[in-house]
Amino acid sequence: MTDIIAGTLIILGGIFAVIGALGLLRMPDVLIRMHASTKIGTLSTGLILAGCAVVFFSADITIRVIAIVLFILLTAPIGAHMMGRSVLSTGVPLWKNEDLPESKTKQIMHDTPTVKKT
Amino acid sequence: MDGFLDLSLEIGFMSVVLSVVLAFIRMVKGPSLQDRVVALDFMTVAIVAFCGLAAVRYDTAAFLDVALVLALVGFLATVALARFAERRTVRRQEENSHD
Repeated sequence: MTDIIAGTLIILGGIFAVIGALGLLRMPDVLIRMHASTKIGTLSTGLILAGCAVVFFSADITIRVIAIVLFILLTAPIGAHMMGRSVLSTGVPLWKNEDLPESKTKQIMHDTPTVKKT
Repeated sequence: MDGFLDLSLEIGFMSVVLSVVLAFIRMVKGPSLQDRVVALDFMTVAIVAFCGLAAVRYDTAAFLDVALVLALVGFLATVALARFAERRTVRRQEENSHD
């Protein structure tokens, strides 16, 4: 029974890893790519490590797995935040939907915000 | 039921390696420095998952320690490269304004 649960978690994690990498490869600009890769990477790693904990099923392994997952959950948003900040302050060109008419674009999208120099 | 776990481990290894390869393609292609750093970050997280799979496959708990250290070092690399990218443009702007 534990094998089935662990195997399912591991397969789900692998599928999510591939989906995240596809998003990283196919999305149109840096911020959207970050949106795809950061969250799904965290999810797939968490699922695979949970499967690992189910296979071993002992206290020390579970504590280690919880430490790794907590660490990733804590650091991934900080890293993504710093990357996003650096993207905005460097002025990397961002994607705009060209199918929308100009007036609608102005309605929906704000101008690219800028980070104040510190 | 041992067969199902082995099969799912094979599938997990294949998909994690495939995701690392796809992220590497983005790292080579990436038009800006930030694209490359984001791809590197994703590769680090995928390799942490790979370490978890290897711990199950070879029945060795030490791979989990490797994963913990790798997560820490990957975070430091991302933060350092982000600071570097930000600083570089600020310095370039200052140089241009001096000229």
